[in-house]
Amino acid sequence: MVTKEEIYSWLEEVSDPEVPVLSIIDLGVVRNVSFENNSWQITLTPTYSGCPAMQTMEEEILLKLKERGLSTVNILTTLSPAWTTDWLSENGRKKLKAYGIAPPEDEQDKSLLFSSPTIVPCPLCNSKNTRLISQFGSTACKAHYQCSACQEPFDYFKCLK
Amino acid sequence: MTKNEALFNYTLRLGDDSLILGQRLAEWCGHGPILEEDIAITNISLDLIGQATNLLNYAALIENKDRNADNIAFLRLEKEYCNILLVEQLNGDFGDTMMRQFLFDAFRKPLFEMLQFSKDKQLAAIAEKSLKETKYHLKHSSEWIIRLGDGTEESHQRVQNSLTNLWRYTDELFFTDESDTLLSGLGIIPDFSKIKELWSANVTAVFEQATLQMPANNWQFEGGRKGRHSEHMGYLLAELQYMQRAYPNMEW
Repeated sequence: MVTKEEIYSWLEEVSDPEVPVLSIIDLGVVRNVSFENNSWQITLTPTYSGCPAMQTMEEEILLKLKERGLSTVNILTTLSPAWTTDWLSENGRKKLKAYGIAPPEDEQDKSLLFSSPTIVPCPLCNSKNTRLISQFGSTACKAHYQCSACQEPFDYFKCLK
Repeated sequence: MTKNEALFNYTLRLGDDSLILGQRLAEWCGHGPILEEDIAITNISLDLIGQATNLLNYAALIENKDRNADNIAFLRLEKEYCNILLVEQLNGDFGDTMMRQFLFDAFRKPLFEMLQFSKDKQLAAIAEKSLKETKYHLKHSSEWIIRLGDGTEESHQRVQNSLTNLWRYTDELFFTDESDTLLSGLGIIPDFSKIKELWSANVTAVFEQATLQMPANNWQFEGGRKGRHSEHMGYLLAELQYMQRAYPNMEW
């Protein structure tokens, strides 16, 4: 009999298709793994409502577990509690930075208009002299910044709470 | 009317608003005034389509009639869509799009803030999830309204025209009928008068900062919630439904 720990370790091998440096475990989207009525149930939660990567993740999970000999696997989706970047693992944050994406920083209240944007250190040169280009970036979970020190544009994995 | 019928109507209405506005915003793809805005508008579109998927899936589950979110989204006739008229209005210029978005976001934020405490667990979960995205949308649209309103003479005049034009569609945000009365009595949905209060306070504050004149509250359009749409809706649906009509049951 396969154990829950083994399933988790196999899920570590499934990556986020949009940020391939992160596993789905790092990302915090796997909310539960359980064995019920003779089959494994994996419960996922989406990062953003419209995240197009969720379907790919589900397919990859089924494929990965099938390779390990598990063919009766159900994937369930839960919306509450809603995903937050607080669920990103410490390891995931390090991997993001090494990959050139600034990990989430604590952010101020979004109801304040024209507030000074969060200070996000440049993932390449570590300078704090960076500026927000756009709150919306290449995927739903990222904003677009530029470093004023080394001039490099970079993605910021934005804080969602 | 049963509780389930009311819940279906309510969920479908929220879902249709998200779906149709998401579709409208998607038309900006590749046409944004600057690259960053092109990406911002399409990101917001994606969030709305995601919210629509959650809502329409739930509507299908409540209805329990062998339809799924896709059938509901793509295979209905125009008069079966119950989105408000505001969301189907043409994109117009960037100011028109931002004004429509602001009026909508300013409604959605207090709605989701209250709906997340609904006695209906799934509606509460969808609201809790959507709220996080809506806060980003509202900040974005509010800041643009202020920049444009308090910008140049031309940007001010144009966005003032957008406001005067779109204001006539705002009463419908607060449309209620027996479905709403039934659900709000059961603690499933919040009281619309409370949302209207919060909405009014927010839009008044932003328009003041934007130096925009609040239009006199005169003639208001309505009909979307009952399936009576403006002439723009047919064209929008033709594009939205084309693939499923031409290639039934195709999957991407």
